Amino acid sequence: MIELEQYLTVAGVLFVIGIFGIFLNRKNVIIILMSIELMLLAVNVNMVAFSVYLGDLTGQVFTLFILTVAAAEAAIGLAILVCFFRNRGTISVEDVNVMKG
Amino acid sequence: MTITLFAFYVFATLAVGAGLLVVVARNPVHSVLWLILTFFSVAGLFVLMGAEYIAMLLAIVYVGAVAVLFLFVVMMLDVDFSELRGSIANYFPMGALIGVILLMELGLVYGHWNFSEAAQALRQSPTPDLVQAHNTLALGQVIYTDYIYLFQTSGLILLVAMIGAIVLTMRHRPDIKRQSVIAQMHRDPAKTMELKDIKPGQGL
Repeated sequence: MIELEQYLTVAGVLFVIGIFGIFLNRKNVIIILMSIELMLLAVNVNMVAFSVYLGDLTGQVFTLFILTVAAAEAAIGLAILVCFFRNRGTISVEDVNVMKG
Repeated sequence: MTITLFAFYVFATLAVGAGLLVVVARNPVHSVLWLILTFFSVAGLFVLMGAEYIAMLLAIVYVGAVAVLFLFVVMMLDVDFSELRGSIANYFPMGALIGVILLMELGLVYGHWNFSEAAQALRQSPTPDLVQAHNTLALGQVIYTDYIYLFQTSGLILLVAMIGAIVLTMRHRPDIKRQSVIAQMHRDPAKTMELKDIKPGQGL
């Protein structure tokens, strides 16, 4: 039988990989968005694992809502990215200082 | 080693390995493809846990919509990705250090914890017996009753996201010619056409 801790370990490693990805690709917004998706996925693994091992469906319901919000976030993020690329011709995060005071 | 445990290790290794390749891959198109593999592996883990509905949601909505959206944007934007990768070596030690520290902290938490005595009694919506209702049915019975307002709100969030994405990416280009249906329908033949009676052999 697979223990709960094994799933939690996978989720923890995935989450840390997501953070690591943000540090590693500080210029490329697309990879940063993908890293955020990885972190949300890790949270979902945690939610579902606890839900299953506790015998409570609430965790899975909230996973559903996390998935919804993550999909909306990805769509908006990529739309902003396309808009930014159209105006500046680059997606480098370091160039995002137009609104600097 | 049972087949379940073997499947768990296969899916877990694939998920973690592909997740690592997402962040270190040189080509962003490859990153998206590794992300798809990660999603599929985690969907496999969900199936192993018995959460089939979430697994299918991940495979269909995430791989089918979100990952393809990423792929679409990566391929559509004509970006020179090699210049964006200039200073990876500078950030690698810092990122690795923080990653290892976080992992150790998580390991400390996972080492010492257990369910509360009252956890069983405090469950909001206990999972029904598998004979009575399978996973999808049980989830549906909960979502459409107890969580109906949250469900409607998530639909609203998707609507707002859709409108926002359209508004952000739509641009009006004045330099191209478009079909104007109203102008077409209101054209008057008397104003736009002139009939001339030309005599034979004379011309205009």
